Amino acid sequence: MVASLSIIWALTRKELRIESRNRDVAIAIVMFASLVIAIFAIAIEPTARKAIEAGPGVLWAAVTFAGVVGLTRATSHELENDAVGALMMAPVSRDLLFIGKALGNFIFLAVATVIVFVVFTFLFNLSVLHVEVLVIALLATIGLSAVGTLFSSLTFRARAREVLLPMLFLPSVSPLLFAAIRVTSSAATDEAWSASLPWIQLAVAYDVVFVTASALLFGFVLDD
Amino acid sequence: MGFPKIRAQTVLHVATLVAMAFALWMMFVWVPTDINQGVVQRILYIHVPVAWVSMVAIVGVAAASVLYLVTKREVWDRLALSMAEVGVMFGAIMLISGMIWAKPVWEVWWTGEAKLTTALILFFIYVAYLMFRAYFPPGDQRMRLSAIIAIIGAIDTPIIYYASVLWQEAHPPLVVGPVAEEENLVAAEIGLTLLVSVIAFTLLFFSLLTTRNGLARTENEYETLKFTMAKTEVAEIL
Repeated sequence: MVASLSIIWALTRKELRIESRNRDVAIAIVMFASLVIAIFAIAIEPTARKAIEAGPGVLWAAVTFAGVVGLTRATSHELENDAVGALMMAPVSRDLLFIGKALGNFIFLAVATVIVFVVFTFLFNLSVLHVEVLVIALLATIGLSAVGTLFSSLTFRARAREVLLPMLFLPSVSPLLFAAIRVTSSAATDEAWSASLPWIQLAVAYDVVFVTASALLFGFVLDD
Repeated sequence: MGFPKIRAQTVLHVATLVAMAFALWMMFVWVPTDINQGVVQRILYIHVPVAWVSMVAIVGVAAASVLYLVTKREVWDRLALSMAEVGVMFGAIMLISGMIWAKPVWEVWWTGEAKLTTALILFFIYVAYLMFRAYFPPGDQRMRLSAIIAIIGAIDTPIIYYASVLWQEAHPPLVVGPVAEEENLVAAEIGLTLLVSVIAFTLLFFSLLTTRNGLARTENEYETLKFTMAKTEVAEIL
């Protein structure tokens, strides 16, 4: 158990170190998401009512699209010098490899989401900082990084992977996206906690199913 | 001189032809026009069977993919591909015929209804599955990775459906036009026509599936042959 944790930590630290040297992924996510939010803020010209109606959808679409951009960046450096080949030679079980990579992606996405929330709050004049939004943001980030890690490792050897990754990733995570949008909406309209509860349950179920399934299937992905 | 050998596939094709002709006659000539919706209701004799067949295809792709991962036999991968292709085609017909029906009856082309949302998202997942197969170099790796995508899609299906139902609850369902409140839609003739049509379309599905599967086998043989020839050529040069 302790050995597994130290392997996972070593893998995550590797991701963080690469990121700290070139800051590719986090900057890509933050800038892309902010850009999407800014374009929509200009297009919609959010008044208080419009911000509540359209804001949550814009916010989560921006985070998800930016997640795709970040995942593409995060896997592209695995291809350089066949880094992934070296990784596969490591005497480490495949599910630990998966958890290490997914945890790295989770950290990038979580940090980026926090910054994107701040940008959104200013541009849409809408504060969505409620407990339930924080909970759903955490759950969504877990699910997005698990499924994203699996799909980006599936597609990175394919031609046109920049197209394939969003085509596979976006419909697959749509339940999480629905949940995040709905919970954010009801928080913005100050609805009671209970309105968000079924969505939070759905997100928990999604995360449990897909973190498990992705970790199990990851073995087949790298199996050469 | 014995009897010419009749292949099972030929029997299936002929049965499909007869059943389809009969179903078309029933849906356009025999069955009376629905009193509530009028002539547009006849689209449902195509829409419902097509939706049924695409559902069969989704289950089939997932089952064939699991079998591939377990046995590593190419037949299952070929079957999954053929089912996905035929299924996506029927899925497209389902979406389009549904919209044509919805416009006069619901007064909109599209709404956020749970089944519609689920069908659309699943359609995108299986299109992506086919795109993946087209963009990935052929071989064992492609078979394995496509199987994984199909399994993820199958696991996602109930969750997407549940999410769409929850989503819809927040919006009241669209009740426009004369349809929603009428309960006596399924009269005996309508039910019978629907049944025959479902059988005919299921036969059509298997007919197309076997044809596509045969084509996939030929494609694989061609690829293998090309590879062997290339190898021999290289060996000769060396």
